[in-house]
Amino acid sequence: MGGCGIAGCMNLEGGRISGDVIARMLETMGERENGLGAGYACYGLFPEHRDDYCMQFFFDHEEARTAVEELLKAMGSITKDERVHTQRVKSMRPPFPMVWRYFFRPSSKLEWRGRTDLSDDDLMVQLAMHVNAEVEGALCVSSGKDMAVFKGNGYSYEISKYYDLGRYSGKMWVSHSRFPTNSPAWWGGAHPLSILDWTVCHNGEITSYGVNRKFVEMAGYRCSVLTDTEVVAYTWDLLVRKHRLPISAAAFAIAPWYHEDIARLDPESARLATWLRITYKEALLNGPFSIIVGRREPEVTMIALADRKKLRPLLCGRSQDGRTAYVASEECAVRIVEPEAETWTPNAGSPMIAVVGKGIVRTGNEHPFVGGE
Amino acid sequence: MPADVWGERKHKDVRFDPASAVERRDGLVIIRADTKDGEGRMLHYKVLNDLIRREMLAGTRHIVLEGVMGHRYIASTANRKELYIEIRGTPGNNLGAFLDGPTIEVFGNAQDMTGNTMNAGRIIVHGNAWDVTGLAARGGSILIKGNTGYRVGIHMKEYCGVRPCIVVGGTAKDYLGEYMAGGTVVVLNLGGARGSPVGLHLGAGIHGGKIFVRGKVEDHQLGPGATVRPIEEEDLPELLWCLEEFERAFHTSAPKDKNEYVKIAPASSRPFSGHYDPTSV
Repeated sequence: MGGCGIAGCMNLEGGRISGDVIARMLETMGERENGLGAGYACYGLFPEHRDDYCMQFFFDHEEARTAVEELLKAMGSITKDERVHTQRVKSMRPPFPMVWRYFFRPSSKLEWRGRTDLSDDDLMVQLAMHVNAEVEGALCVSSGKDMAVFKGNGYSYEISKYYDLGRYSGKMWVSHSRFPTNSPAWWGGAHPLSILDWTVCHNGEITSYGVNRKFVEMAGYRCSVLTDTEVVAYTWDLLVRKHRLPISAAAFAIAPWYHEDIARLDPESARLATWLRITYKEALLNGPFSIIVGRREPEVTMIALADRKKLRPLLCGRSQDGRTAYVASEECAVRIVEPEAETWTPNAGSPMIAVVGKGIVRTGNEHPFVGGE
Repeated sequence: MPADVWGERKHKDVRFDPASAVERRDGLVIIRADTKDGEGRMLHYKVLNDLIRREMLAGTRHIVLEGVMGHRYIASTANRKELYIEIRGTPGNNLGAFLDGPTIEVFGNAQDMTGNTMNAGRIIVHGNAWDVTGLAARGGSILIKGNTGYRVGIHMKEYCGVRPCIVVGGTAKDYLGEYMAGGTVVVLNLGGARGSPVGLHLGAGIHGGKIFVRGKVEDHQLGPGATVRPIEEEDLPELLWCLEEFERAFHTSAPKDKNEYVKIAPASSRPFSGHYDPTSV
């Protein structure tokens, strides 16, 4: 059932989960990766900087860092910057990029924004896109508030050791181990792919990539990391943050029902479903996929979604005390950390949604427009 | 990259004796799959399967696997009819692939592709078995107490009276019996789920074999090539045998009133013949 392993966990009450937990989940599915990329994203790990955008970069050389730093200083203020802790792992081969973290606040001066209706979030999206496309040797890995992405080229156990994940803990983790089939394996191409507070971990391939890419490019996003997953991250940002669709409606646009199935829905839902299919036909992701999507605003949220024909595995779990939600490609990833968990599989093309403070608001087995926000 | 090279690269620093994972107690052979190797990781599935195979060839009849966590291909190609394997934990994908005789009993859930192309024997799962269970099975029984996932029984087949069967105690999802060419699938819905216990595209492309569903099946759920047919006298021995197989496995009783069941059978032996150009063959 495909390559690539995905795993995620969330403390539904907002407590903290150590990075060791997600590392164990992902490493248990060792057969799903071949050492060509792995990554982890943590949400809610910088409480002391929760209102600053945390920008993490890969730099190939010092000049790239200087260039990015000058750019950031011109567009706002840097609250704090530091080298992201990494340690040598014997089995990993160079080159290793320099990983740097900036806590950044965009300037409120409107003249920097070109258009006056640009929000802070829009500005951050443009900034990240600009760095990735224009600054040689620099790659913005994550740019959201109170979250960070730790990824690289290697096995999942190498990457977790490289960043020493045990030193971090957060409300939610999402992760991915890679088995690349049709795009290059490099540090920037490892998942999670991120824009703003969105992260996407993806198992599968997007055969409609060309259409989806044009769709997000028309909205101003620029694709620069040579992998199909980044359009999924931009699509979520566009549909939910910019177009303000509820998550379940956005998921329907991404993995819609067939027209003959829509015809059996109640008239009101059928009208909405048809409207979504027509309006967002370019957002439809064709091909086999299962994805875990992470998000921070307005509250830390985890979305798990498989394609409408269920061509990739996806399993959800809840701990016995009901405090922790899990998502993974394989049941063993949940059982290794929670032997007594209750597990289920969401329906094909139907999202499971978990929100910190609210619990599991959708199990993935409901009517398409029930549950969620 | 060939699988053996990959395995070697991942496990080149293993300095431990795999035999230390085997324990003999009260006439049982217990293999601890969660034994840590030289790098602090669980036994690789290749090592575990080597140990199982070695025990089988030495004539062991009862093997207990403890601490199983995602180990793949457990007991694949095992071919001693008298061998019984008890699994504690969560076996990985392709449990009992190409199984040819033994009985495997899982006390928990199984993952995807359980009984891949199995030939003979029994796989008993005391929990759920997820997607693509029993794909391309050619014989033997797969008995699931709980629910199952998508594409169960895809391309099952039968030949000269050798007939595989899958019995699901709970419910199944879409594409049940897709491209089915033979054998029997039974869905019991013992949990009494509301609505239909099976999903959409039921028996899509079915051209042999039978699916029995205890509960409602609506027309829109049927895939191309599948039809609802009345249960005939000649179907009963087959259905009853499957139900008894389920009863033997879980020491429970299965409903035997044929009026509770719906039979789904192929409309023809070549459902897609109209899609091909007859002059090209």
